[in-house]
Amino acid sequence: MYRHTLEVAPKGERELVMTRRFDAPRALVFRALTEPHLVKRWLLGPDGWILSVCEIDLQVDGAYRYVWTHAERGEEMGMGGRYLEIERPDLIVHTEQFDMSWYPGSAIVTTRLTEAAGVTTFEITITYESAEARDIVAASPMREGAGASYDRLDSLLAGLATV
Amino acid sequence: MSDLDTTFTALADPTRRAILARLASGEATVMELSEPFTLSQPAISKHLKVLQKAGLITRSRDGTRRPCRIQPETLAQATHWLEEFRKLWDARFRALDDLLDDMKAGHEPGPRDH
Repeated sequence: MYRHTLEVAPKGERELVMTRRFDAPRALVFRALTEPHLVKRWLLGPDGWILSVCEIDLQVDGAYRYVWTHAERGEEMGMGGRYLEIERPDLIVHTEQFDMSWYPGSAIVTTRLTEAAGVTTFEITITYESAEARDIVAASPMREGAGASYDRLDSLLAGLATV
Repeated sequence: MSDLDTTFTALADPTRRAILARLASGEATVMELSEPFTLSQPAISKHLKVLQKAGLITRSRDGTRRPCRIQPETLAQATHWLEEFRKLWDARFRALDDLLDDMKAGHEPGPRDH
């Protein structure tokens, strides 16, 4: 079956934009993004990890929390934040903070859903607190690269994503 | 910070990436590195310390010269991490494709069915 590809592009100094299309009306996509029993079906962890906690209080200033648990080692990694804006079914703005963050500060995530002819375009804009944090996430080292590792990194940028 | 964090922080600076790009074509001293940049040798030395701490370069002694060499293994580690990261998100979105197909077909999982 035909599947769409993920596009990622840095924008300005502090933003990263991810775009992916889905063959479904946006009302369904919106529900898949915001109802815990549906989120658990797709927000996978790395191999061996399951999304064990998925709590969503979908209202302005409401909190959400996700925790992935490693089935064998019992380790956990969590993240969460608060909703800043919700316009069903086309806009969600929320904060994002990992328990053990690998980039400095927190981020604001804006999710926009637009629908045309039954296809929903899902655009996520992540605004980091600093340009440095954005660059860490985008790992833009690949940009002006030289040598084999840089070339490999370059080819990754096209599909690199985060939330 | 984990080692990987240190690596990514070191890589986040454009001057340091340019230094690595230069070192990818062969070892160089601080003086040789400062030539193509409009930076003083002390400024270059500072960047080199960050790169060294992140394990991205090593500095050896060769008489009075202290040439810098790139450490490709550290960069390869960062690449590996990014590959895993990308694989994860591809898998998530494919799972979301499947879930949306189920929902469109009316086979929606119930709240207790996961």
